[in-house]
Amino acid sequence: MFNTKISQKIAFAVLFVSTLITIIPVLIIIAIIIKNGITAISWQFLTTAPSNGMRSGGIFPAIVGTFYLALGASAISLPLGILGGIYLSEYSKNNYFTRILKLGIVNLAGVPSIVYGLFGLSLFVISLKLGVSIVSGCLTLAIMSLPSIITATETAMSSVPRSFREVSLSLGATKWQTIRYAVLPHASPGIITGTLLSNARITGETAPILFTVAAFYLPQLPNSVFDQVMALPYHLYVISTQIPGISKSVTYGTALVLIVFTLSLNLFGIIVRTYLRRQKKW
Amino acid sequence: MKKIKEFLIEKIIFISGSLSIVFVVLIFIFLIKEGILFFKYVQFKDFIVGKNWYPISSPAQFGMLPLILGSLLVTLGAMIISIPLGVACALYIAEVVNPKLKDLLKTGVELLAAIPSVVIGFIGMVTLVPLVKNIFHLPTGLTALSGSIMLAFMAMPTIVSIAEDAITVVPRRYKEAALALGATHWQALYRVILVAAAPGIFAAIMLGIGRVIGETMAVMMITGNAAVIPHSFLQPVRTLTATIAAEMGESIRGSNHYYALFAVGIILFIITFIINFIADVFLHRIKK
Repeated sequence: MFNTKISQKIAFAVLFVSTLITIIPVLIIIAIIIKNGITAISWQFLTTAPSNGMRSGGIFPAIVGTFYLALGASAISLPLGILGGIYLSEYSKNNYFTRILKLGIVNLAGVPSIVYGLFGLSLFVISLKLGVSIVSGCLTLAIMSLPSIITATETAMSSVPRSFREVSLSLGATKWQTIRYAVLPHASPGIITGTLLSNARITGETAPILFTVAAFYLPQLPNSVFDQVMALPYHLYVISTQIPGISKSVTYGTALVLIVFTLSLNLFGIIVRTYLRRQKKW
Repeated sequence: MKKIKEFLIEKIIFISGSLSIVFVVLIFIFLIKEGILFFKYVQFKDFIVGKNWYPISSPAQFGMLPLILGSLLVTLGAMIISIPLGVACALYIAEVVNPKLKDLLKTGVELLAAIPSVVIGFIGMVTLVPLVKNIFHLPTGLTALSGSIMLAFMAMPTIVSIAEDAITVVPRRYKEAALALGATHWQALYRVILVAAAPGIFAAIMLGIGRVIGETMAVMMITGNAAVIPHSFLQPVRTLTATIAAEMGESIRGSNHYYALFAVGIILFIITFIINFIADVFLHRIKK
C-alpha cells in the first residue's frame, strides 16, 4: 500500500512537470518578445513604411496588408464555411457520402500550409491568371481556413438541443426557418469563437502567401485587389533571415505586433466561449 | 414561392457542404497538373532514392532522398520529445488537475497554437540556436536538433487537445470499477484509462506527426537547410517543406526545377493524406 501511494505521487509529479514544460515556454516566448520588442513600438513604427533597406522606419504597409488578407479571406470563407457546417449538422444523412465529406474536411485541415501555397500558385496565380495578388492570397487563405470554420459551426449547431427544432417545426416553420431562427442564434457564440480562432491562424500564416501575394518590400499601399501587399509574418521572416545587421528591436517589434494580433484574436475567442458557456441554460 | 426559396437554400447549403471534397480534389489535380511534367524528364525511382539534390547545377540532379530523410529525422526528433510530454500533459489536464485550473491550462496550450510558426522560428533562431551551438561546440546551431525541439512544441497543442478528448470520453465506470477493486488513482489511469483511450491517443500522435511534417517556416529558419543526407541530429538538414518554400521564389516558371518542386509537393500531399486518413480511421473507431 505504501509503495503504490509513493509511486502515485511520483507519477503525478512527473505529469505535473510535463505540463509545466509544455506551458511555460509559451509564457517565456511571449515575455521575451514583449521585453525586447516594446522599445521599438512607437507611433512612427506603426504608421510609416520601412526605410533604409528595411533596417529602420516602420511596418505600416505590412500591417495594412495583413489586415486586408485576413478581412478578404474571412469574407470568402465565412459564408461557405458556415453553410458547410449547417449542411453537416442539419442536412447530411448518416451515409457514405457524409463519411467521405468528413474525410475531405479532415484532409483539408491536414494539408501542409506550403502545399496550399503551391496550389494557390498553380490555380489562382497561373491558371486563373489572377497573378500574384491580394485576390489570389485571400482565396488561398480562405480555402485553408474552411475546415476549422465548418467544424466549429457543426459542433455549435449540433450542441443546440433537438427540442428547439421540434418546437419550431411543430409551429409550422419550414426547415430553413427553423435553422435560421431557432438554431442559428443559439449556435452563434460557438461560430464566432471558431471564426476568431481561424482568423488568428490566417493572420500568422506565411507559407500560403509566399508565392500568392506577399511582397518582399513595397512601401506604397495597394491600389486594387490585383496588387501585391506586404504582410506581417512574411516581413518578419524577411527581416530576421535576409537582412544582415538589422537592429534587434525592429525584428522583435515586428514579432510583437504580430503576436498581439494573433493572441488577442485568440484570447477574445476563448473569452467569448467561456463566457457564453456559462450563460447556456440547457 | 416559399417552396422555391426553401429549395434554393437547400441546394446552396448542399453545394457549400460538398466544397471540402471539391477542394481536396482540386488541390490534388493542380499539384499533379504542374508536377506531372517533371516525370517526363526524371524517373520516379531516381527522384525518390536519388542521393543528390542539386537543382541549379548543370546537369541538374533531383534526388529527393536527402530531403525525405531530413523531414523524417526532424519529425522523429520532434516526436521523441512531444509524444511523452504531450500524453503526460493530456493525462494531467484530463484526470489529475483540479477543475478550476483545468480551463487555465487548456487556454495555455491553445495559446501555444496561436503563436505563428514564423514567430516560433524567429525565437528559435535567437534563443535555441546559439544555445545548441554552445552546448555541443558546433560550428553552427542550425541543426536537426534545434528544429526538432521547436517542432515538438508546435505539435504539442494538437497532441494534447486530441489526446485529452480521447481520455475524457472514456466511460467513468471503467475508472470506478478499477478504483472499487482497490487500484489507486494512478493505477486506474495507467492500466485502465490509458489503455481504453489508446486509439484516440494514437490518432492524436498521427495528427501531431502530420502537423510536424507539414510545418514550413520554423523549420526553414532553424534547421540550416543543407540538402545532404543527415547522419546525426547535430547536423543541418533540409526538409521537403523548406525546399519548396526556399526554392520556389528562385525557380523559373516552366523549368525542370519548378516542376520538381511541385513533385515534392505531391509527395508531401500524399504523405499527409495517408497520415490523416489513418488518424481519421482511429478517431472514427472511438465514436462507434
